[in-house]
Amino acid sequence: MAFPFLTVLGLIPLVGVVLIILSKQAAARVIGLVMAFAALVYTVGVVATTKMTSGAVAEHVTWLPIIGSSYALDLDGMGLVMVALTVLLVPMVLIAEWKTGIGETGRFSSKAFVCLVLLVECFSLFSFMSMDLVIFYIFFEATLIPMYFLIGGWGGAERGKAAAKFLIFGLAGGLIMLFGVIGVGALSTGAGAVTMSFADLTGLDFVSNPVTKLLFICFFVAFALKAPMVPGHIWLPDAAEESTPGGAALMVGVLDKLGTFGMIRVCVGIFPEESQWASPVILVLALISIFYGAFAAIGSKNLMRLIAYTSISHFGFMVMGIFAFTSQSITGSIFYMVNHGLSTGALYLVVGYLISRRGSAGVNDFGGVAKVAPLAAGFTLVAGLASCALPGTSSFVSEFMVMAGAWARHPVIAGISVLGVVLAAVYILWTYQRMMTGPVTDATRDHVTSDLTWRERWAIIPLVAVFLLLGFWPKPALDEIAPTTDYYMTSAAVTDLVAQIEEGR
Amino acid sequence: MIFLEFTAPQVDYVRLLPFLIVLGVACLGILVEAFVPRKARFVTQTALAILGLAAGLGATIWQWGDGGRGLADPASITGGVTGTVLVDGPVQCFWAILFGFGLIAAILFAERRAHAGASAFTPMAAAIPGSRLESEASEAGLVHSEVFPLALFSLSGMALLVATNDLLVLFVAVEVLSLPLYVLSGLARHRRLISQEAALKYFLLGAAASAILLFGVAFLFGYSGGFSYEKLAHAVSFSTMGDGILLAGMGLVAVGLLFKIGAVPFHSWVPDVYQGAPTPVTAFMSVCTKVAAVAGLLRLFYAGLGGMRWNWQPILAGVAILTIIVAAIIAINQTDVKRVLAYSSVAHAGFVLVPVVGAFTLQSGLPEGQAGSVASVMFYLVGYGLATIGCFTVIMLVRSQGREASSLDAWAGIGRRYPLFGVVMVIFLLSLAGIPLTAGFMGKLAAFMAAWRGGYWWLALVAVLGSIIAVFIYIRVIQVMFFREPAEGSDPVELVRPGVPAVIVLALCLIGTLGLGLVPGPLLDAFQAASSFLIPAGA
Repeated sequence: MAFPFLTVLGLIPLVGVVLIILSKQAAARVIGLVMAFAALVYTVGVVATTKMTSGAVAEHVTWLPIIGSSYALDLDGMGLVMVALTVLLVPMVLIAEWKTGIGETGRFSSKAFVCLVLLVECFSLFSFMSMDLVIFYIFFEATLIPMYFLIGGWGGAERGKAAAKFLIFGLAGGLIMLFGVIGVGALSTGAGAVTMSFADLTGLDFVSNPVTKLLFICFFVAFALKAPMVPGHIWLPDAAEESTPGGAALMVGVLDKLGTFGMIRVCVGIFPEESQWASPVILVLALISIFYGAFAAIGSKNLMRLIAYTSISHFGFMVMGIFAFTSQSITGSIFYMVNHGLSTGALYLVVGYLISRRGSAGVNDFGGVAKVAPLAAGFTLVAGLASCALPGTSSFVSEFMVMAGAWARHPVIAGISVLGVVLAAVYILWTYQRMMTGPVTDATRDHVTSDLTWRERWAIIPLVAVFLLLGFWPKPALDEIAPTTDYYMTSAAVTDLVAQIEEGR
Repeated sequence: MIFLEFTAPQVDYVRLLPFLIVLGVACLGILVEAFVPRKARFVTQTALAILGLAAGLGATIWQWGDGGRGLADPASITGGVTGTVLVDGPVQCFWAILFGFGLIAAILFAERRAHAGASAFTPMAAAIPGSRLESEASEAGLVHSEVFPLALFSLSGMALLVATNDLLVLFVAVEVLSLPLYVLSGLARHRRLISQEAALKYFLLGAAASAILLFGVAFLFGYSGGFSYEKLAHAVSFSTMGDGILLAGMGLVAVGLLFKIGAVPFHSWVPDVYQGAPTPVTAFMSVCTKVAAVAGLLRLFYAGLGGMRWNWQPILAGVAILTIIVAAIIAINQTDVKRVLAYSSVAHAGFVLVPVVGAFTLQSGLPEGQAGSVASVMFYLVGYGLATIGCFTVIMLVRSQGREASSLDAWAGIGRRYPLFGVVMVIFLLSLAGIPLTAGFMGKLAAFMAAWRGGYWWLALVAVLGSIIAVFIYIRVIQVMFFREPAEGSDPVELVRPGVPAVIVLALCLIGTLGLGLVPGPLLDAFQAASSFLIPAGA
């Protein structure tokens, strides 16, 4: 058997956890950061090597033949970009949260913080890489536990309750999905041998019937709770508000992507007919999410909640792209997942710096920050504009692709969604105006006494650099993603409408 | 299929060896009480019980791996004891599970350090609680080392219940397993009145349940004209008598067994007894009794009453749903950790009935080499047992002023103060909740899948929805342990340092829970390979 590149990648953070547990409190952050960077470098190395040698990294070990499951890992385009996002975001979070848990009482130690972040990284890497439904499910669920403690261990006064809410929603979604997993196993028996492999299941053609529709709904509900769509979103603003900025960046940037990721892998992959059957309803829900999130963000007085609401709006776009079923919109959606992770991650981190200086997350508690801390204000503006898809940032590319792709099939829905972009400009620019511009308020002068330190800057700069780079030159990422889109479009037996119409004319 | 016709009683002692070892060691334990000096008794009994159970477990596994008696091929097992007791693949699996958990429980019985050097049991059960006699006995360092033989007698009853092929033996086995447990429940060192109340309650309700069981046996005898499962199966297929008497007998016997399993509506004893009994005994009976009763139910319904499947499946499905929902909802309101776990154990009785209802076996279309009902039930019970014993062991260690502090309020913040134990407890609780990377999850996956594939997809749906409610039970405890501050002025609660036995038990349960969560394949395969009941001809 070839060298298990992917297993090793997933295990790097876990090794870090073990080392940290064995080491002293003071060394924990350093070890954590080293291991997080090791995962980043290793990923780059593996990808570069396999691209040059065009070798395969797939792993397949028989694990539980008795229910048709095997330990199968692989990186397709979608998995690769998500893995890249994860390994990039985690070290930045660790740098940004360098001081979390140091010398504080009433919260957990920094050692625990680093361990939990690395556990989140480990579990999410495995779920992005897994090519087996059971393995995917296991790690999808497992991410909840370290994230629960990340929210509950550090953060605001009501963090315990917010953490419980997060966990309950997560586990409820997970158990609903468990029913789907069991059902898929049982159905695959009917269609041949029992199997849980994504490749086999995508190949199987379940005849659409009420039970497969029910299974599809189970999976979709689980993923819609995860990548929060209205009305399953109510846990996210609370969890984000009470979490640390780094925790929120991980949760919204990486973990919630498992939802949209799963929609493509499982819903579209295994249940293409049912996905199309349900797409009208889902598209409307996505529209509602876009507008609900945007309006709630405009009305939000708490920065952490505000960013959470903007994310709900963005997840609406991603879901719209997936269920519009054009190759352009699906590619755009996958690219959107990465860009949203980068821009929202950066936004959470930079806003977190301001919040910790000011000691409050209220939008109205700031004023004139740009004069006192120009760098912080500048980074907020850049990250914010990236999140509302300004041309030149990578989000623009993906949002445009989603809307243009959706237009081909659903012009009305795509047309309405364009208004969401306008609202996005409102919530970002208006927030910026209230916080950063105008005369320096007394509270700002008292609390925001320093601009960003070098440590703080270096947690943001790589994220900004990547989304600017991908904004001007998205081709490498899109080339990675395109084969995945083609694969799912083919397996769903859907062709792009645009081409057909043009030929017809 | 094998016709079992014998003119002379013929006993295969080798096949029965594990059972005989455990029963023999239990008898030996009584002699130890009589002849070994008092000071050496506790140690002797501990060693004897542990060695005996290890030998029983070893003998079971030895026969399991014995090629000539290959359990993978049920047709080759012809030399077993027949008539009243039948040793086939599932029996050996269940024996292995029972003796394994019995061994863990026996080790837990020996834990003394957690109780400040004393055992978990009262120094003198006959003394009136709070009397001078009691305190004198305590000062003299008396111990009831009889707990070990009692547990072993109970275990041999369980082993018999698992292997019985005869309605009368079924009744005898239920009694043999129950009587020692009634006594054991009343032996708590602290809060003795609650303990004695629990014992009495258990005894009275248990006696009533046994009477119902016996009444059911009488009906079934009347229907089939004999006590053996073969006769029963034959009569189910060929009898011209009306079904009424059969249904009545089946229902009554089921009530007796469901009482032991602790399923709703026969669960009312569970919380009180689990709370009152000494914690090691609670750990023992919450796992072993359930394993034995589920196994007994499986054998009776699959082998004896397999032909009546269409009649008992809906009834058991109803019981399972009721059990899951009622137990999960009531558990959310409990304020005592032991009671929370008691209701959790009731809920798990419901979950384990789900694959039983599915009845997905070789007879109902299970392909070779895939997980069916019997193997799923076994695996589920193993996962449940490991996590439950682990939880009760942690409960033993949380103490305030020398006594167990099991109220949920007392647990506030202990996960924060003792992170290692906090994490261990969280892993057990997550396994009970069925969260991935633990044995509990793999058990749920296999169990619900067996139910679905047996044609009960809606029951799997209800069970999953019930699991969502049940998740609240465990999150609540985790939440209290980590995110609630202890109330002002409450008694200081500490986690005492466990002695060697408790550490061994915790380590075994932890390794088992995580190990089976990551690598469930070998055990599940082994169970599946040995999961065919010898079904009597005529079924």
